[in-house]
Amino acid sequence: MTTPGRVVATDGPAGPGGPVGAGRTVLRVDGLSVGTRQTPLLSDVSFSVDRGERVGLIGESGSGKSLTALAVMGLLPEGLGASGDVRLSARTPAARNLLGVGEREMARVRGDGMSMVFQEPMTALNPTMRVGDQVAEVMLLHRTQPSRSAARRRVVELLGQVDLPDPAHLARSYPHELSGGQRQRVVLAIALANDPALLICDEPTTALDVTVQATVLDLVVRGVEERDSAMLFITHDLGVVATVCERVLVMYGGRIVEAGPVQEVFADPRHRYTQGLVAASDLAGADGRRGRAQLPTIPGTVPPAGRFPSGCVFRTRCTHATQACASQPPWTPRGKHPAGAAAYGHACVHPAGGDDD
Amino acid sequence: MTDPARDATAGPPGPAIELRGVSRDFRRRRTSLSTPPPVVHAVRDVSLSVARGERFGIVGESGSGKSTLLRLVCGLDRPTSGELYVEGRPVHDQPHRRLRWLRSTLQLVFQDPMGSLDPRMRVRDIVAEPLVAQGRRAGNRERVVDLLERVGLSADAADRYPHQFSGGQRQRISVARALAPDPDILVADEPVSALDVSVRAQVLNLIDEVVEGFDLTLVLVSHDLSVVRHVCDRVTVMQRGELVEVAPTEQLFTAPEHPYTRSLLAAVPDLQTALSGRTARDLAAGVRGQAPA
Ligand SMILES: Nc1ncnc2c1ncn2[C@@H]1O[C@H](COP(=O)(O)OP(=O)(O)OP(=O)(O)O)[C@@H](O)[C@H]1O
Ligand SMILES: Nc1ncnc2c1ncn2[C@@H]1O[C@H](COP(=O)(O)OP(=O)(O)O)[C@@H](O)[C@H]1O
Ligand code: SF4
Ligand SMILES: [Mg+2]
Ligand SMILES: [Mg+2]
Repeated sequence: MTTPGRVVATDGPAGPGGPVGAGRTVLRVDGLSVGTRQTPLLSDVSFSVDRGERVGLIGESGSGKSLTALAVMGLLPEGLGASGDVRLSARTPAARNLLGVGEREMARVRGDGMSMVFQEPMTALNPTMRVGDQVAEVMLLHRTQPSRSAARRRVVELLGQVDLPDPAHLARSYPHELSGGQRQRVVLAIALANDPALLICDEPTTALDVTVQATVLDLVVRGVEERDSAMLFITHDLGVVATVCERVLVMYGGRIVEAGPVQEVFADPRHRYTQGLVAASDLAGADGRRGRAQLPTIPGTVPPAGRFPSGCVFRTRCTHATQACASQPPWTPRGKHPAGAAAYGHACVHPAGGDDD
Repeated sequence: MTDPARDATAGPPGPAIELRGVSRDFRRRRTSLSTPPPVVHAVRDVSLSVARGERFGIVGESGSGKSTLLRLVCGLDRPTSGELYVEGRPVHDQPHRRLRWLRSTLQLVFQDPMGSLDPRMRVRDIVAEPLVAQGRRAGNRERVVDLLERVGLSADAADRYPHQFSGGQRQRISVARALAPDPDILVADEPVSALDVSVRAQVLNLIDEVVEGFDLTLVLVSHDLSVVRHVCDRVTVMQRGELVEVAPTEQLFTAPEHPYTRSLLAAVPDLQTALSGRTARDLAAGVRGQAPA
């Protein structure tokens, strides 16, 4: 899979046996804030993703998940500003803050060092161009294939890797001739074409049927595993994150309110928002069908941007809120984590604890 | 909210909904002059009976014919062949104007509350719409306020417009509107698939409350198997227009018989099983019909 000369500069030996620490960190986001002139949309977001690691980003719609992804990709829409520090260690080490890099250079990094898969595959595809040419284009653009004919051969391999039937023939199709699941596989093939160090997926299977979703998730995981790429996987579906990721970041009101290994965060959440999300997601109940019992809910709804309270962003919906929650709760590390304190902890003053409440 | 007229109008204790060999074909546009226009068999030879008071679920993938089947049941479309009865009265062979009774017997809630709520109408008029359609004018104001409160909205919601509400609140408005004519049957097409999990739980609780409180028969379509499992007594699985399996909910989920049902169930990324180690590879293998490890 790896072409010679395409290895990361700060490379250590691949695989789980490799060294952990700065050398394996592909993406590091520090104190990222995004907003319009008047309204803060993301506040002080910090996290990192290592090589070969799959990190989930969850939260209800309007929590700031997509903005986080767009800020990292340098794709924030007009009118939004970002501050903080975003570093990518891909073909070249993470020497510069990407937030300060110009668009011309960002365009060189996108589709190469990092790439992204969106919810709606049609937004990423050109409707008037054969899909095979679109996969070839991203390699020719970034000069990762020496010639058009070499790129064509690689296209067929890539389309085959995402399990598309008869790839040589399918490469000649236009996007509208494909099903939603097939389109998303083409988008994935494009995203993986240059063996990115970082793949960001924003709700890549939300629009797909469950059986198609299962195959696409499998392909995403295999694609990043084969390349030892880092992945940031955005979804609102807790079952999907738990299936795909080893670590998770929980976002609400533009802040990361809890983070940690999937097992710990979902089986034993600390932040009251995470606790509410997990309870509301689980329609079956811990031991099979919940029957006619009322489902646990989170009261109220996500406020629109700019209407989140000061202090703990969740306090207007939290049944445990007290006066103490009116000031910003500090980050409480929960245990040692190789990726640092931000990777495992929460920002709640009255955390849920153990198995009782 | 009980309607004394209801007992008098209720038919014999037969099924709420009955389908006998119902099919619906759509003729697609001709692509060339030499070949006949292609036909889509959206619903194929469906026979089904839903008992009064039952909570019946329909699951299946996109394009399997779920919405087409619902449209037939609601008299919004006519079958190509077969017979369809609601509370014992024929629906399949009746012209639209002779189905006015159906509007008060059976009401619909859709997936996209924004698409089905007229943005220029106040909530008060939206909820009263089915009553006005029946020519009922007196007492509508009080009824609207009562209904809004029943679905967890405050009375002052009546004066506002749909865009002033969140997705979940709009779905409450749709439910209030559906309840207005005091129907016997509630039909819901993907009522929670556009909602966040926390709001989904709120709306599912609401549906549960109104089905219980208003003594309704429920037909619920969802592509989300966990939703159907939570809500319904009996479930059918649709594939390419056919009902491939019909079974009591727990039986269908614990001992699925049809291979397609098994692959659907195997594909669902469930939180608990994921935490106990089921990977994306296992899900995909389940879809292909290989038992996950
Ligand atoms: N008016 C129509 N003309 C032609 N074909 C139609 C029409 N309505 C539906 N179909 C076709 O009938 C089949 C069943 O469609 P239907 O909308 O019932 O599916 P569904 O199960 O509700 O799917 P979804 O989960 O996407 O809502 C599809 O192949 C669809 O394209
Ligand atoms: N261009 C923009 N201008 C102003 N507000 C925006 C813009 N884009 C997104 N927002 C707001 O930022 C918040 C977070 O949005 P988003 O990242 O898309 O959430 P998510 O992906 O978690 O659903 C929302 O309240 C959204 O309305
Ligand atoms: S900090 Fe306070 S308001 Fe926020 S989640 Fe914890 S208890 Fe609730
Ligand atoms: Mg989003
Ligand atoms: Mg439908």
